[in-house]
Amino acid sequence: MEEQELRAVVIATLKTIAPEVEDGDLRADRPLRNQVDLDSMDWLNFLIGLHEKLKVEIPEADYAKLVTLGDVLDYLQKKLK
Amino acid sequence: MIEFKLPSLGADMDEGKLLEWKVSPGDTVKKGQVVAIVDTSKAAVDVEIWSEGTVFELLVQPDETIPVGTVMATLLEAGETPETAKRTPRAAPAPKAAAAPSPAPAAAARPAAAIAGRRRISPAARKHAEELGVDIDSVAGTGPEGAVTLADVEQAAATKVSPARAVPVPDKAAEMRKAIAAAMSRSKREIPHYYLSEPVPMRRATDWLAQANESRPITARLLMAVLQLKAVALALRKFPEMNGFFRDGAFQPASAAHIGVAISLRQGGLIAPAIHDVGNKSLEQLMLDLTDLVKRARAGSLRSSEMSDPTLTVTNLGEQGVAAVYGVIYPPQVALVGFGRIVEQPWVENGTLTVTPVVTASLAADHRVSDGHRGGLFLAELREMLQQPETL
Repeated sequence: MEEQELRAVVIATLKTIAPEVEDGDLRADRPLRNQVDLDSMDWLNFLIGLHEKLKVEIPEADYAKLVTLGDVLDYLQKKLK
Repeated sequence: MIEFKLPSLGADMDEGKLLEWKVSPGDTVKKGQVVAIVDTSKAAVDVEIWSEGTVFELLVQPDETIPVGTVMATLLEAGETPETAKRTPRAAPAPKAAAAPSPAPAAAARPAAAIAGRRRISPAARKHAEELGVDIDSVAGTGPEGAVTLADVEQAAATKVSPARAVPVPDKAAEMRKAIAAAMSRSKREIPHYYLSEPVPMRRATDWLAQANESRPITARLLMAVLQLKAVALALRKFPEMNGFFRDGAFQPASAAHIGVAISLRQGGLIAPAIHDVGNKSLEQLMLDLTDLVKRARAGSLRSSEMSDPTLTVTNLGEQGVAAVYGVIYPPQVALVGFGRIVEQPWVENGTLTVTPVVTASLAADHRVSDGHRGGLFLAELREMLQQPETL
């Protein structure tokens, strides 16, 4: 999947949790949960959304790797290869 | 003849606006059935009825604002007939409703999505609607779960023809702030709070959770929040003086632990609806209930029993990164339990220094009902419960 296409999927998934999110406001190098004010329930629902749209498995042990939007995109890109 | 009155859906509610009837005269209703949708300052609530009968008269019309306790409808009991029943004089609308301008269209004419998802409005969309003079409550949302987006607002502005629509409507955020202010002021005025806190080691709970989640698909994973809720409910069994209501000058213990869960809303403010009978539910069931409750709270689709039933509230501000929270009790409840952030810290156990995840559990309790000694024992019980996650 192209990088831009993947980013669009991730942002669209995020918007199902936080409809107010605007892509342009997100910094790829800052913790995503702080930027969007996601609690653990929101975060789990975000990951469930990605799992369902992209058919990737995201073990809980990997949560610690997913801090910034950049981390999420890199992680998914590797999983999709 | 049974009178169906507008129930109080929390200490911060003194009136409500009927949005929609879900029943008509002649319909039979059962206990627990949703009969109306009522807008409060916090959410549009599905109001349930707790009597059985046949709907006789609907005395309040959609869009009317009425005080708590107003008779909204009458029902025929078994054996009564319309002929034997006496018609009730129609309830007078609240003075506020009579004096207020009525810029909004009839509720029945509103798009369904706007009612079901009326809380999902992005701040940007709300701001833009104000700038354009669009009644945000009348805009149909086309975003996820009926969320009102910027595009929806622009579309509504483009098609706006009626000058009546431009009349300002009450600001929901301001109304909610006012309701929270009233309830919290009442709490601090009437309830002599005392506060206790206890550091709770969470190694066993976090290890147990990690192991439990390892074998589960992502859609069935549990959150620490459900372990905490269950532990609170089980601890309450030995401390009934923390669980119930203080009403009419006396404490009324509750027979089950209906735990109110403080949920912050994305547009600001908070709401604390109940998960019923937490002590008797499995962690899996609690996870399903919590997921559903958070989703519906944010979409503005709660039930009246969830709003009026909490017997104790749990707030988890650790999610926002704070170390500990000392909460304000929701009247007429008599206690509130808070959890801070789970953080790794040095910990000594059996003479050995280790690093372990620790959470600060706190209790705000009503000194008219319990004393610090019992409060301390309650927190100790809660700590012990969280050391045995496999028993939760």
